[in-house]
Amino acid sequence: MIYLFQILNGIGLGMLYFLLAAGLSIIFGLLQFVNFAHGAFYLLGAYLTYDLVERGVSFWIALPVATLIVAIVAGAIEALLLHRIYKLPHTFHILVTVGIALVFQELAIIIWGPIGGSVPTPDGLGGVVMLGNFVYPQYRLFTIAVTAVLAGGLWWLLEGTRVGAIVRAGSESASNMALLGYNTMRINTAVFAFGAGLAGLAGALAAPIRGVEPFMGAEALSVAFVVVVIGGMGSYTGALAAGLMIGIIQSLMTTIWPQGAQLFIYIAMAAVIAIRPRGLLGRV
Amino acid sequence: MTATLRLTDLHSYYGKSHILQGVSLELSEGEIVTLLGRNGAGKSTTLKTAVGAVTPRSGRVELAGRDVTGQPAHRIAKAGLSLVPEDRGIFQLLSVEENLRIAVKRGSPWAISDIYKIFPRLEERRRNGGGQLSGGEQQMLSIARALLGGPKVLMLDEPVEGLAPIIVEEIVSQIGLIRDAGVPILLVEQNLAVCRALANRHYILEMGRIVHEASATEFASDSETIDRYLGVKA
Ligand SMILES: Nc1ncnc2c1ncn2[C@@H]1O[C@H](COP(=O)(O)OP(=O)(O)O)[C@@H](O)[C@H]1O
Ligand SMILES: [Mg+2]
Repeated sequence: MIYLFQILNGIGLGMLYFLLAAGLSIIFGLLQFVNFAHGAFYLLGAYLTYDLVERGVSFWIALPVATLIVAIVAGAIEALLLHRIYKLPHTFHILVTVGIALVFQELAIIIWGPIGGSVPTPDGLGGVVMLGNFVYPQYRLFTIAVTAVLAGGLWWLLEGTRVGAIVRAGSESASNMALLGYNTMRINTAVFAFGAGLAGLAGALAAPIRGVEPFMGAEALSVAFVVVVIGGMGSYTGALAAGLMIGIIQSLMTTIWPQGAQLFIYIAMAAVIAIRPRGLLGRV
Repeated sequence: MTATLRLTDLHSYYGKSHILQGVSLELSEGEIVTLLGRNGAGKSTTLKTAVGAVTPRSGRVELAGRDVTGQPAHRIAKAGLSLVPEDRGIFQLLSVEENLRIAVKRGSPWAISDIYKIFPRLEERRRNGGGQLSGGEQQMLSIARALLGGPKVLMLDEPVEGLAPIIVEEIVSQIGLIRDAGVPILLVEQNLAVCRALANRHYILEMGRIVHEASATEFASDSETIDRYLGVKA
């Protein structure tokens, strides 16, 4: 029974990883931009939620507000700084975005202290659900439901709408988009803000589960990269499958061998790359 | 009559090489005008400079009386100057219909249903990926996409290059339909029969300069000029 419980936990965790990785993957797909600041947007989403709830704002207000602020901050960083370095080699992307990530991490320490904190379970979802003869927290089921709906909605947005077609066309050729009258700089900013907003949302949703601490961004970044690599660069369904896989592995390992949980996700990544170098569902 | 598109004394460079050395030409309502010249003469560069994909060092680009010189390509395209590039620029991973959908502009007189009337093949292939189309179909899709933006001027860069004669015929008649619908066209083409079938006037470009201008009737009887500048027997 404990395993079933952990698998459910793993699904919840995995769906948050998927949100993170989807944002990273969309940004890489459109901009060929390696974004090591992605974890910082997750951190910012979580801390803003924490801060707002501490000030007495309802979690249900804090969640969308934190997500929106992250998207706006990310859009501003893209428009002011990042768009200048897209054309440079990937090492420059890493250098600049690692710098941004460190700035956010240190700012979190300066503003909110080095210890971190916890976010109480939101109103209305503090209870538990009886599943057969074991109990499960309502809020965790809620995150699974919300992220599942988001996963479906995102897929529809990317594959079924004109906006999604514009983003996919932009990842194929920016100059051809210009000939059709599209300002690709603006599309880039919007997509970057959107991808970062997904990371912020994942952070905000995760805050009541795992609390906040200054190094959560770095941890989230490495998990997001593992998920993208396992799933296959640019593959949406791959990111979903890999997110769930990593979430479940990590949850099960915390019961079986807690010290090895973090290590094991990298072993899983190495194993997948050895068998399928392009990832589970990669096309590149 | 005021020109819909007027290029005046355009100079363009790729790095240090001076490619356009003072190109001037005009296109008016209802016209198809061709830009002829040998490979490397600067025909594609002229079209790219007009639309702002290459920024001219000097000279003027006017569209419907408005100076658009030096603006970025997306602005000029939005203002109504549409280029169908030599490589056709199809989005391979999008379906035919998606390629069209992203080109639809508010306020454009063209809807996707109008497009399907001119290019029935595209309707048959609408669920196919852009990468699965034949060369001729890709060309049609690229022209169709340009039209959906509601252009004031359409520029086609070698639209029938490398296509089978039967497809060439189809595309030539489609270009005629577009002209009849009131869209003036600046056509770059090496196929003289195609140019003769469509154009009202011709310009010949050599080493980045316009060296000859002729009406359709003058051009038809002037095999000497054709020999001299284009190096082919008429
Ligand atoms: N992107 C580029 N960079 C450098 N030189 C170029 C580029 N594109 C074209 N050229 C050069 O500019 C000249 C004119 O090219 P182009 O306009 O494509 O000629 P055309 O279309 O008449 O065949 C050629 O000498 C060509 O080699
Ligand atoms: Mg050319």
